[in-house]
Amino acid sequence: MAAPLRSLSRAWRPSKCFPSARTYSTHPPNARLNTEIDYKTTPLLHHTSSTCLANPELPESAKSSTTSRQNLFQSVNSALAHALRSNDSTLLFGEDVAFGGVFRCSMNLATEFGSERVFNTPLSEQGIVGFAIGCAMEGMRPIAEIQFADYVYPAFDQLVNEAAKVRYRAGTNPGMHAGGLVVRMPAGGVGHGALYHSQSPEALFTHIPGLRVVIPRSPVQAKGLLLASIECNDPVVFLEPKILYRAAVEQVPVAAYTLPLDKAEILKQGSDVTIISYGTPLYTCQKALEAAEKDFGISCELIDLRTIYPWDRETVVKSVSKTGRAVIVHESMINAGVGAEVAATIQEGCFLTLEAPVQRICGWSTHMGLVYERFNVPDVARIYDGIKKAIQY
Amino acid sequence: MYFRHGCRRVAPSKVLPIGARNAPITYPTRAPRRWSSVSQRPGSDHLVFPGAVDSKFTTNLAFERPSEKTAMPTFRIMDQDGKIIDKDREPLVVTDEEAIKWYKDMLTVSILDIIMFEAQRQGRLSFYMVSAGEEGIAVGSSAALSPADVIFAQYRETGIFQQRGFPLSAFMSQLFCNKNDVGRGRNMPVHYGSKELNIHTISSPLATQIPQAAGAAYALKLQDALAGKSPEERRVVACYFGEGAASEGDFHAALNIAATRSTPCIFICRNNGFAISTPTLEQYRGDGIASRGIGYGIDTIRVDGNDIFAVREATKRAREMALGLDNDGNGEPRPILIEAMSYRVSHHSTSDDSFAYRARVEVEDWKRRDNPITRLRKYLESRSAWDEGREKEVRAAIRKDVLKAFAEAEGEKRPPLRSLWEDVYENVTEEQEAQIKEMGRILEEYKDEYDVEEFEGGRNGLFKA
Repeated sequence: MAAPLRSLSRAWRPSKCFPSARTYSTHPPNARLNTEIDYKTTPLLHHTSSTCLANPELPESAKSSTTSRQNLFQSVNSALAHALRSNDSTLLFGEDVAFGGVFRCSMNLATEFGSERVFNTPLSEQGIVGFAIGCAMEGMRPIAEIQFADYVYPAFDQLVNEAAKVRYRAGTNPGMHAGGLVVRMPAGGVGHGALYHSQSPEALFTHIPGLRVVIPRSPVQAKGLLLASIECNDPVVFLEPKILYRAAVEQVPVAAYTLPLDKAEILKQGSDVTIISYGTPLYTCQKALEAAEKDFGISCELIDLRTIYPWDRETVVKSVSKTGRAVIVHESMINAGVGAEVAATIQEGCFLTLEAPVQRICGWSTHMGLVYERFNVPDVARIYDGIKKAIQY
Repeated sequence: MYFRHGCRRVAPSKVLPIGARNAPITYPTRAPRRWSSVSQRPGSDHLVFPGAVDSKFTTNLAFERPSEKTAMPTFRIMDQDGKIIDKDREPLVVTDEEAIKWYKDMLTVSILDIIMFEAQRQGRLSFYMVSAGEEGIAVGSSAALSPADVIFAQYRETGIFQQRGFPLSAFMSQLFCNKNDVGRGRNMPVHYGSKELNIHTISSPLATQIPQAAGAAYALKLQDALAGKSPEERRVVACYFGEGAASEGDFHAALNIAATRSTPCIFICRNNGFAISTPTLEQYRGDGIASRGIGYGIDTIRVDGNDIFAVREATKRAREMALGLDNDGNGEPRPILIEAMSYRVSHHSTSDDSFAYRARVEVEDWKRRDNPITRLRKYLESRSAWDEGREKEVRAAIRKDVLKAFAEAEGEKRPPLRSLWEDVYENVTEEQEAQIKEMGRILEEYKDEYDVEEFEGGRNGLFKA
């Protein structure tokens, strides 16, 4: 695991309790697949300015701008700064955001934009989201932060029964909606987050008509998708993979830009099997497919869903119609996870071209027990095995 | 509440390229910090822990006992006979014309309630909830607000809509879910909403509107300051809820965040003694809802909800305080809590028979002894501004208007079927378009299984005109 994450764990772990001093990033000596992700060389990140600016999804204004090397928390920060600067209606609040946030995403923003627009709230998730919905209903563009996705449940009622339904129940009453609301939350495994600092609750939100659910995989994606979410007139649940806050570093356009909220992205073209994922596991998928391509002489297509709901069915169905095989990967529990919906859609859309059962490589049906995380989060070996099963069927 | 990690204070980052900085917009100043970081001085008789405000030390081991406190008094202006109690009090700033308007508003709600409750019993609409006994709280408080003030309601506040000028045809369109309903026939009856009247659509989940009201009030505070509005032009939010809803976590969340963010929000609790079947003794053990406001640092008053003048005066004053217009305009914007005491004379809803949990005689007693409508009528009669003749005439006219709107609304078609999918998102999604097409196919293939004629456009109403 990358150095910055080790520093996070060092600050947090009572080291004397663990005399073995085993770090979480070690892997078995003979491991070939389950080795560290090298974020410095992964093709999923833009290591040079020119590859970054070659992205056809970028608007001309961004393509002609410069780039700077940023990690994910810094790109979130620059998106938030742009949103606050460009629109007086934008507000940013949550627990501990004023001093910069526990993950530094709101660094310097209270100083620059004032304590009336960037502020701490009392420690109450239902209060934060309810307050944010009220702000949005009166035409503001509130960005609410839930400190960890694991703590969003007290606000579940406000998100499901209120934010998602304001426009629908108001009917033709003009302008009565909670659009402009973005609820940001760090999500996913971090190596040592255990039960309440590791969860990926996205599937719970994909079952709610009226909400948009977005998960970026990288700093470039985070900035563009977050700015698009803030501009969007539907309420958005924006999950930030916290393990990538410091680990994923790439060249990010300095200018503001948005990325589409209804399009998946094909990260690598291939012809034999389609791998579908989002967020952190994409890096694991990339490593697994590199090994599989070498070992089996196949070519894999890798798709990042980006927007989990509403999601881009067309891109996925088209890809699997071409390859005939699909492997879906996510961290959260397999049962009724996002993968179930994707698999069912593939079955409906690609029935005649499917050559193997759709594989789902996901979290097991359990909780994220502290010392078991590396057995629960899909790793390179499990994804590799999924690809193997798909092609050998 | 839970373990939170990573809260290291870090030096301002130099990593981020921050562009040209806008000058921060100036808003009304916030309340100063209440404690200093200076630690305890030797010999001090006060506590200076950051979490406690100006607390003196004591060597007397004594618990604060709610049972030894006197209950918060209830503010009233006129008695049950409509007589002004305190003769030395400044005369009421109310004309007979205003009072008559409020009286007619309450009467309209009452007559609408009786007719629609009966219509539900006949199966002509699916559901109804009356406001009996609480018309004074809704009409009196609403009359003290500016029409530009934003309102969040629970569901037993029909009087607000009536006071603000919601037409009878709009009530009926919503109740009958016809094509003229702005809610597009999606909500249960009595879940009214009107952008034009600045009243947010009512939703069934209790208390969810309370933190939303705090957020909306914060939005209005920033917007009005940014627009440079004079203190008199600024807006407040009024938020209504029952004493049962005040047990929800959202009530706690809302009052706390409203106080810490200094939001101009008036929380109005209708304490009518029952949450469906649950009496207040099973709802709370403190001094009602009002006593809680103090704990959140919120200025609070308890009023007689059957006294429309008391409700109106308290709300009017609360509005000035919420905007910071007290102390010669030098006050801080802040939330205010009003607990209006009343008795729910009616059943909870058409799905409830309240005599299963309370005595009929008790209800009859309240109906006869005291209610906001007869109290105001007695007041008006004592001023010779009302009499039996006008009463009969006005009642007959309102009844006629209600029945006319009823007849017109009941026969109307329902909104087009496409409304089932619209407004979930700003635009209908591709997935939804595919589902609409599929529903169209089903309706075509299984024609005899569905009655689509009551919907505008029938099957074609699925598709965009």
